[in-house]
Amino acid sequence: MNHHPSYRVGQTRWSVTIATYVALVVASTIYVYPFLIQLGTSFKTDEDATAHPLNPLPQTWTTNAFHELAQVDFPRWFLNSVVVAVLVTVGRVFFDSLAGYALARLHFRGRSALFGAIVAVMAVPSVVLLIPKFLVLNQLGIYNTYTGMIVPLVTDAAGVFIMKQFFESIPPSVEEAAHIDGAGPFRTFWSVTLPMSRPALITLTILSFQGSWNELAHFVVSRDKPSLNTLTSGVATLVSGTLGKGNEFPLKLAAALLMTIPVAVLFFIFQRYIMRSAEGAVKE
Amino acid sequence: MSVDSPAGAGNVAAAQGAGRVRPLGRPRRSGGGGGGIRGREGIAGWIFTTPVIVLIVMFLAVPILMALWVSFSNWTGIGSPFSGDVKFVGVRNYKFLLGEDGLSRQNLMQSLRNNFYYVLLVVPLQTSLALFLAVIVSRRRLVGRGFFRTAFYFPSVTSSVAIVIIFQFLFSGSGAINAIISALGKHGPDWLSEQQGLVHVVLDRLGVHTAPAWLANHYVLGQSWWEWLAGPSGAMVVLILLAVWTTAGTFMLLFVAALQNIPSEIEEAAITDGASSWQRFRMITLPMLRPTLLLVLTLGLISTWQTFDAQYLLGGALANPSIVTPAYLSYTTSFSNQQWGQGAAISFILFVIIIVLAAFQRWVLRDRDDELLKRQERRQAKEMRAARKASA
Repeated sequence: MNHHPSYRVGQTRWSVTIATYVALVVASTIYVYPFLIQLGTSFKTDEDATAHPLNPLPQTWTTNAFHELAQVDFPRWFLNSVVVAVLVTVGRVFFDSLAGYALARLHFRGRSALFGAIVAVMAVPSVVLLIPKFLVLNQLGIYNTYTGMIVPLVTDAAGVFIMKQFFESIPPSVEEAAHIDGAGPFRTFWSVTLPMSRPALITLTILSFQGSWNELAHFVVSRDKPSLNTLTSGVATLVSGTLGKGNEFPLKLAAALLMTIPVAVLFFIFQRYIMRSAEGAVKE
Repeated sequence: MSVDSPAGAGNVAAAQGAGRVRPLGRPRRSGGGGGGIRGREGIAGWIFTTPVIVLIVMFLAVPILMALWVSFSNWTGIGSPFSGDVKFVGVRNYKFLLGEDGLSRQNLMQSLRNNFYYVLLVVPLQTSLALFLAVIVSRRRLVGRGFFRTAFYFPSVTSSVAIVIIFQFLFSGSGAINAIISALGKHGPDWLSEQQGLVHVVLDRLGVHTAPAWLANHYVLGQSWWEWLAGPSGAMVVLILLAVWTTAGTFMLLFVAALQNIPSEIEEAAITDGASSWQRFRMITLPMLRPTLLLVLTLGLISTWQTFDAQYLLGGALANPSIVTPAYLSYTTSFSNQQWGQGAAISFILFVIIIVLAAFQRWVLRDRDDELLKRQERRQAKEMRAARKASA
């Protein structure tokens, strides 16, 4: 039965290859072109944006949108986002690795029950916590404060999980020398195991920064003071067009562009870590 | 962690996936080891985990209990929900939402209907697009693989706010999509203002202008069959496309990783046997991707029931009821209408829906890891017992 002529295989390969590249070009156009339109339109005038929505090149270049953004507190939002994202990231990375280490390495009563609880927490859908979170922040008197915006976001069961998994992949024997020297658990964790965990720490740092930078819902329910707007909640007020006059698409798109730049830079530098963390989900 | 935004899907996927890998290597240290060190370890263990425990209790457990109380109370947002003026009202809030004909139930049912059509279209579309993209970027000897993967994945790391703005522009009355439609000689609508269900629109084109009586006069949970079967509105279709476009890249990476796990010998053997590429995909690739496929489908199922960001961003300006989802409805009911009891109750109804779906996920995936791992663990334990017996 083995009479398949080899030229047929070659033929299908060619047609499939051409079809693949055509599909890739079409798909990547659908993915990249909207961003090109965004980039170009932020340098357009309102009229130009309305008249030539498909052309990413402005008829006349203008940086009006960016000047206007400076007027609407954009720098303040940016600063708030930086403060929140940096503190949330530092908090998450430190507390998650501490807890992950304990769950992976230290033997204590109730460890598996605690681990079970953390897995259960990961299953709680965050969106049903919107009202509950407001209630607790209100009750504690930290509604409309940086504390209320930052501390709840440090809660991160998934991060504990990622760190636990990673620490378990490090052989316990590397800690033996430290044990013999009489180093306590924290010393061993801090100066032996943690320095060996760079890949996991980088992954968690990026996920945390990206997550808190892009977070919107929590800043909707944890504050209503305009001066506490982050980029997401601040730019959200532009989407609904509260500024009036015209559609202001160049302004909105410029704001969207500026808020994307920090995560985009991080993404391009640490791309393989981000991609690997997503791929890790499937690896056996 | 933001689970609700499309961008968050990757984190959940990573975490959930990580959870599926249980290390089998190191057996638990059994008792009898030096008591002093173990005692110190025990204290350290609790100290190390205390910050995380405190955070989870304060910002997850306690809030849920508070909201549960509020959902059974008549709190109107003034003062503390635990003050003496706030009364326990039993299941009244739930009754308004589920059992009694009125505005509350009508709004909730419409939001459930909207969300249902959203899930119905987003989940299959994002899964098949992700699989398609994964297959084409995984081809051997591909020029520009890095560029294509980056292009498809990039929306996943972008803020939902930025994505919504881009889509608002593309689908505005004078936007790019309508420019393409006009170039084809048709006239596009103002997409985000469209409220009529697509099924109704199509029937209208076909000459069915009023609902047939057998659909219009039979009601389920306060809505007629005609309304239940309306389909997603034009505005919702835009949000569906937005979700598919944004999340496909995340799921593509899951499929790419799974494709890499398929041994190339199998593919080569199939080629030698003269199988066409479609046959190879259908008979080899797809069955071997089954676990990942189920993971992606159920992750999609859970995250699409939580959609909030786009509704919040567009909801205020548009006042378009056809895009409201339960998550957004619970927000407006509480924060805008000050009906905190009902808002909290909607959250819990949504919670139940999602938990049921999560249980469904576990059930669907059970044969893959749990049983396999249990079997493996049993075998390991048996081997260890045997080894111990032999050494004793």
